[in-house]
Amino acid sequence: NCAIMASLYLSGWVCVRLSPSASHTGCSASDIISTVEFNCSGELLATGDKGGRVVIFQREQESKNRLLSRGEYNVYSTFQSHEPEFDYLKSLEIEEKINKIRWLPQQNAAHFLLSANDKTIKLWKISERDKRAEGYNLKDEDGRLRDQFRITTLRVPVLMPMDLMVEASPRRIFANAHTYHINSISVNSDYETYLSADDLRINLWHLEITDRSFNIVDIKPANMEELTEVITAAECHPHQCNAFVYSSSKGTIRLCDMRAAALCDRHSKFFEEPEDPSSRSFFSEIISSISDVKFSHSGRYMMTRDYLSVKVWDLNMENRPVETYQVHEYLRSKLCSLYENDCIFDKFECCWNGSDSAIMTGSYNNFFRMFDRNTRRDITLEASRENSKPRAMLKPRKVCTGGKRKKDEISVDSLDFNKKILHTAWHPKENVIAVAATNNLYIFQDKIN
Amino acid sequence: MFSKGTKRKFSDGGEEISDESLLGARVASSYSLQRQSLLDMSLIKLQLCHMLVEPNLCRSVLIANTVRQIQEEMTHDGSWHMVTEAFCSAGQSPSERLVATEVLCRSREQDAEPKLFSVISYEGCREEEVVADETLCSVSVSDTVSNVCLAGRMGQCWEKSELSGVERDEEALEDSRLGSGEDEEIDTEDGASTESPKTIGQVFGTFEIKNGSPGPDSALEELFSDVDTSYYDLDTMLTGMQSAPKMGPYDLLDSLAPSHSSPSIVSTPNCRSDLNELDHIMEIIVGS
Repeated sequence: NCAIMASLYLSGWVCVRLSPSASHTGCSASDIISTVEFNCSGELLATGDKGGRVVIFQREQESKNRLLSRGEYNVYSTFQSHEPEFDYLKSLEIEEKINKIRWLPQQNAAHFLLSANDKTIKLWKISERDKRAEGYNLKDEDGRLRDQFRITTLRVPVLMPMDLMVEASPRRIFANAHTYHINSISVNSDYETYLSADDLRINLWHLEITDRSFNIVDIKPANMEELTEVITAAECHPHQCNAFVYSSSKGTIRLCDMRAAALCDRHSKFFEEPEDPSSRSFFSEIISSISDVKFSHSGRYMMTRDYLSVKVWDLNMENRPVETYQVHEYLRSKLCSLYENDCIFDKFECCWNGSDSAIMTGSYNNFFRMFDRNTRRDITLEASRENSKPRAMLKPRKVCTGGKRKKDEISVDSLDFNKKILHTAWHPKENVIAVAATNNLYIFQDKIN
Repeated sequence: MFSKGTKRKFSDGGEEISDESLLGARVASSYSLQRQSLLDMSLIKLQLCHMLVEPNLCRSVLIANTVRQIQEEMTHDGSWHMVTEAFCSAGQSPSERLVATEVLCRSREQDAEPKLFSVISYEGCREEEVVADETLCSVSVSDTVSNVCLAGRMGQCWEKSELSGVERDEEALEDSRLGSGEDEEIDTEDGASTESPKTIGQVFGTFEIKNGSPGPDSALEELFSDVDTSYYDLDTMLTGMQSAPKMGPYDLLDSLAPSHSSPSIVSTPNCRSDLNELDHIMEIIVGS
């Protein structure tokens, strides 16, 4: 039923995974999840954390015996992607925190992903090994060399099954191309190149070549004192391998065409919503700064997240977005406090569902919000241990903005601004979502499944 | 803020009017208090930097833009002017004098890179120390020295110098600039900001080893095109009020901008509390 399907993700979510499963009394800072990303099929979910580790979850295969187990994600592989480094020239530490993970489309049995910290991008190959060779001629089962005179016959080694082992190995290291902190990586639709963006520059790489990259955008002023704007996010167009967008701290998005020039400092399209003069304040620029930009799967739209809202843009219309969704408008009167405690600089991400009919983004107090673009309905849910018992359906939450607080509502002043959901991801095909709340990963799916 | 508008009664006309204007004044001063506290907060944020990990450039840019906005607004409605004038009366000692300047370095040498930024500095340094080395703002040693008063952290904070010699220069500037600092607040600031001046001055390391090559002349035009001349007017006005004979930076400023007429002298009210408050702010910026 269309009506039921349309409102599906707005009413029935259950938790299928909470990781780590045991509640930790103390959360180590290095466990804080800093990025979440499904692969192209949705079978795998990768998370990166502040300690430079990558944890990959794999979806349980559907099995006749355990119908309800479908949709559960279990740990598939864990590896240390980046280590802290020290830049001796500048006397500064380079954090090992993983800023972004992006999967490459699967082309063979192995999986490939790119992971980036502030300065370096690495291509990791994740492969399975479930067989091993037995019956070598020159060495016995322990690996010791056999005495040569004992070898009387030759035999062909046989592949025997073994316990599944998942190995992650770094295949490429793309380093030394970014002076500033990398905020985005995006794989191009040609599956050969990808871009990486830092605060002032965007570089184009070939996946096979690590000692060179092309600089395609450079907004560093000749005189750094004139710097007033930085790049905040960038993404390749999902279908047109020549196009990409990047957003800025002034709330603008530029679409660039790599065919036009080698250096894409001149944009092909410039997206900016005119400012509402009545709501101008000293914080206007800060809250207009775009923290994330994502193309729709169709490639026709893009979505931007600024501090208080999510905007959907039609690529054919530059002067204003086609849709605007308020995430937590009740914070507008608290901007001064949020500036004081630095929360105003939090960078929230946003994501589309597989059919581009819904969008999701995070908020404070472990709340996250979903918006149905067709029905214009929205819902606020909470990612918390108490609400995430197995099979228990998530209850919609509501923030009380003033006046009498109803039961089950939470008032703005009670919100916990330390519990922020910055990273969320939506399965590319199904109604399965991953929500990162500090050091906890929640995976929810709609109850129909 | 007001529950309802105050009606003007004919019989109480005078009182009602003054109430209204009093309310208006209260609103205005409340706004400027809020604005002031926002400015203070922003400057403190700019001052704090991570010792080991690079500060977030985006956050720093946004805060600096906010400070700039507040400065511009305060300049336009005259409160900045009033505040800076407070320090230009003859009774003030040079070390406590405060000047807001926008210095335009139209260096006549072709290879010199023009520098353009808005600085808030303590005037009172000796001439040779106020003239800041270009290298303090960039790491290219080959650039010629330009006539810049360097204390504005907002301006030169993007670059992180990598030359130890440069750091020594900066420290020398800091020491000479701040005078005796008899004000208690200043001492507190001294104690609070235990980082060496070079760290505070280098809040936003950009870690560029190579400086960008100076652009062609058209780039110079672009740089000058968005100069906020209102700042410059303020500066020349204040310049004209300097009574001390040995005003190195201002002589240089005058020579750089012959087109600007000498400003008129403006009388200065004695705002002691503003003075202390402003000292406090300046200490934060200059990072003593």
